[in-house]
Amino acid sequence: MSTHKSSFPWNHLVGFILSIALTLLAVFIKFKTDFSDTVILWTIGTLAIFQALIQLFMFMHVTEGNEGKINVINIIYSVFLALVIVFGSIWVLTTGHAAH
Amino acid sequence: MTSNTHTPLEYRSHQSQMNILGFWVFLGAEIVLFSTLFASYFVLEHNTAGGPGGSDIFVLKDVMIETFLLLTSSFTAGLAIHSMRNNNRNGLLIWTIITLLLGAGFLYMEINEFLHFIHEGATIQTSGFTAALFTLLGTHGAHVTFGIFWISLLLVQIVKRGITEKTASKFFIASLYWHFLDVVWIFIFTFVYLKGMAI
Repeated sequence: MSTHKSSFPWNHLVGFILSIALTLLAVFIKFKTDFSDTVILWTIGTLAIFQALIQLFMFMHVTEGNEGKINVINIIYSVFLALVIVFGSIWVLTTGHAAH
Repeated sequence: MTSNTHTPLEYRSHQSQMNILGFWVFLGAEIVLFSTLFASYFVLEHNTAGGPGGSDIFVLKDVMIETFLLLTSSFTAGLAIHSMRNNNRNGLLIWTIITLLLGAGFLYMEINEFLHFIHEGATIQTSGFTAALFTLLGTHGAHVTFGIFWISLLLVQIVKRGITEKTASKFFIASLYWHFLDVVWIFIFTFVYLKGMAI
């Protein structure tokens, strides 16, 4: 990378435009379509995950360097923990377990 | 990335590689930290205790401005690293300053938004919903504030020492932090604001 000058940061520009498009698409789906709340939530949630992946790969270069593989495993593990915490908390605290 | 000649400056020394790897591990811990705040928010979001709910206080226009400020700042932070890898010191400085200004603009909008919430009768003590909301948004905003100070200090180092193996590694790590804050915001934007707003 540093030995030859890469002239134009296409990667970043494409990532930026995609991020804007995904953001606007999420707003459009929320306010301008007639889908049910559940469908809307799953759709815009999926768009958010795509946008996070764009940041990770196009801006943060998660696979770069000698430890690229370790980085990816680390992030996947953290996301797994995050999902367990979020969905686990919602499940335990909204299904009446707390009442007993 | 096996040959050293094609390795970016910030990965040259073993120490730098370990610092970058260590920062990725830290970001993993940050993901878990924010997941606990999101979990609290999702559990408490309907507990408004007679106070205002999300659909009463969220303003789409303000949220969109915040989103585009932070999104653009993440893009310019990427351009700063691109300049750094082309050994373009001025490019690095200019794009970083633009990044920080956009970050400051985001903070300005967010503080105004908090004042608006409080004006509407939603303080951190109003309900479970507002407590979880302010904690989640405030933790993110505090991270942005910290990042602005941190990266400002790095700018001083770049001016004094130029782009070296050490400063490049520090800047690369700070850029990872900044992009990460945008990732967190994407989820706040989607699952707090868009989810909470009335159609």
